[in-house]
Amino acid sequence: MWDYTDKVKDYFFNPKNTGVLEDANAVGEVGSISCGDALRLMLKVDPDTDVILDARFQTFGCGSAIASSSALTELIKGKTLDEALKITNQDIAEFLGGLPPEKMHCSVMGAEALHAAIANYRGEDWADDHEEGALVCKCFAIDSALIEKVARENHLSTVEEITFYTKAGGGCQSCHEQIEDILAAVNGSAPLPVVAAKPAAKAAPAPMTMVQKIQKISAVIDEMRPQFQMDGGNIELVDVDGDTVMVAMSGSCMNCQSSGITISGIQERLMLTLGRPVRVVPASMPQAVGA
Amino acid sequence: MSSAYMDNNATTRVDPRVLETILPYFSEYYGNPSSMHSFGGDVGKRLEEARASVQALLGVEHDSEIIFTSCGTESDNTAILSALAIQPSRREIITSVVEHPAILSLCDHLERHEGYKVHYIPVDRLGRISMEAYAAALSEQVAIVSMMYANNETGTIFPVETMARMAKEKGALFHTDAVQAVGKIVLNMQESAIDMLSLSGHKLHAPKGIGALYVRRGTRYRPMLRGGHQERGRRAGTENTTGIIALGLAADMALEHMEYENTVVRALRDRLEAGILAQVPYAFANGDPEHRLPNTSSISFEYIEGEAILMLLSRVGIAASSGSACTSGSLEPSHVLRAMDIPYTAAHGTIRFSLSRETTEAEVDWVIAQTPPIVEQLRRLSPYWGANGPILTDNAFAPVYA
Repeated sequence: MWDYTDKVKDYFFNPKNTGVLEDANAVGEVGSISCGDALRLMLKVDPDTDVILDARFQTFGCGSAIASSSALTELIKGKTLDEALKITNQDIAEFLGGLPPEKMHCSVMGAEALHAAIANYRGEDWADDHEEGALVCKCFAIDSALIEKVARENHLSTVEEITFYTKAGGGCQSCHEQIEDILAAVNGSAPLPVVAAKPAAKAAPAPMTMVQKIQKISAVIDEMRPQFQMDGGNIELVDVDGDTVMVAMSGSCMNCQSSGITISGIQERLMLTLGRPVRVVPASMPQAVGA
Repeated sequence: MSSAYMDNNATTRVDPRVLETILPYFSEYYGNPSSMHSFGGDVGKRLEEARASVQALLGVEHDSEIIFTSCGTESDNTAILSALAIQPSRREIITSVVEHPAILSLCDHLERHEGYKVHYIPVDRLGRISMEAYAAALSEQVAIVSMMYANNETGTIFPVETMARMAKEKGALFHTDAVQAVGKIVLNMQESAIDMLSLSGHKLHAPKGIGALYVRRGTRYRPMLRGGHQERGRRAGTENTTGIIALGLAADMALEHMEYENTVVRALRDRLEAGILAQVPYAFANGDPEHRLPNTSSISFEYIEGEAILMLLSRVGIAASSGSACTSGSLEPSHVLRAMDIPYTAAHGTIRFSLSRETTEAEVDWVIAQTPPIVEQLRRLSPYWGANGPILTDNAFAPVYA
């Protein structure tokens, strides 16, 4: 059995806000019965103030899916739609005292249902940015889609590189064989795409402009740079694409066994500063002339 | 509070008599059976007695046909790798789509990294093997056929004797993973065409960490573990003395209870299944009703998810297991249910109840009383369930992505 927190168990055994909300004016539905989990989120929004007066859910899924749905309804009640949109899947997981890595997708489903419901209320189209891939690294919850993407974009060929770039395989190491298989498939087959596809724009407006965001990210990295220099290395911001922050590490940082941990440290700092989830991905610097 | 242990296909309780018997071999007679001194006590003799007990349970002609291993998985791996090693010119393997991962993962590895061709024989909606596909796959190229005796999730029994005879005609070796069958089905290997058979101690009230492989005399064999002289050089490594002695006694007891398993346990299983199905709509039993282990019941509850059912069952003291994705961390329901083409509406909500000779009528009645309200409670939460039953058909719930 999973090692669920007491709060997850409590929200599963005694879920709050279940059932149909008869006078709902915002409904978000995500998932499917074939995927093994599905959620219908129903909201009653005050048209004058945009405040969520009531929220209920119906969920088909495992214990943590039901608990996450219930937690979501508790988190959003009384908030305005704009306030609610700031809630991320991490907030749902945190509210529950954490979820096992394999179960984080339950909190993602909750956040998606919320975005879908708000889009429904505002008459917008909602496109999910659901990345489906088999879970490979159970220690760090990294799926095959991300490993494949990073391997392709950065021309990676060894498990060690994958671990440096994504953390996958850096824990118990039992997934190394699966990572090798992904690398073999990536390097043995399709040619690398010339232009990387841009992800679809989010339906919800970002609370800060791109320039503001990049400035904030730069500041955090500048702030952390002395630590890297102390260890004989350096770090540079390469690019920001949506919630993906690409950084280049140089010097001894690059070969350091703990670079995966360093990356997650930067990621945590950035999430704290920006107040939203970001993913930090190592990338290579554009080739320096005469290096 | 009442409780009910209904997960005996996962593992069984060590029989108290077995436990009591082996304890002195930890504390007093702890010597290595290979040593010359007497700290081993009579342990060497006890190992041979245990071998004779397993021999009797399987109906084996010679006790030297039994090799003790660490588990069913080791037995499975040893059997297949040995069969391939002795027949280098035969480059094909036949198995079924519903095997235990101990077989499937190995076959997948051999296919992808060693260049073997593996035939995966499909099953039908009741989990029955396709004999047509099997006959078509058999050829002089096949080194080994490995077919489970009985399925761990549904209890469906394969016609392994017939399949073994068919393999023999093509000169292929036949192995069966009988981990779930041993102790529940009368076996007589003397009269059998099966060349190798795997069993595991902890499925029949011995501890975890002991298994055995039967290898018919005259079958060429290559060990997987090399090192010492133990098991006549066919499985090196200091003997798991306590495990072997335990397995011997457990085998004696399994033989004594064979009739009980097939009468009393079967009746309890039938009572459990009928009791639940009579109360719960949109639920059905899986597997081949004609050929099924006496202790296993796999029930699909439509429109709800298995892990949620297990958590609520666990809260009222009921231990069962599921073929659901969410208990294993994968996104798909079990390979067995998918191979049987169980609809997705039901595969995610499939629960396996597995009984043993220790199961009581009171436990069965507790499960019959507790399960229906749990299913009802989860269905009330489900977006696929309305006041009058499922609402999937009229497209009332069609999420953004599917």
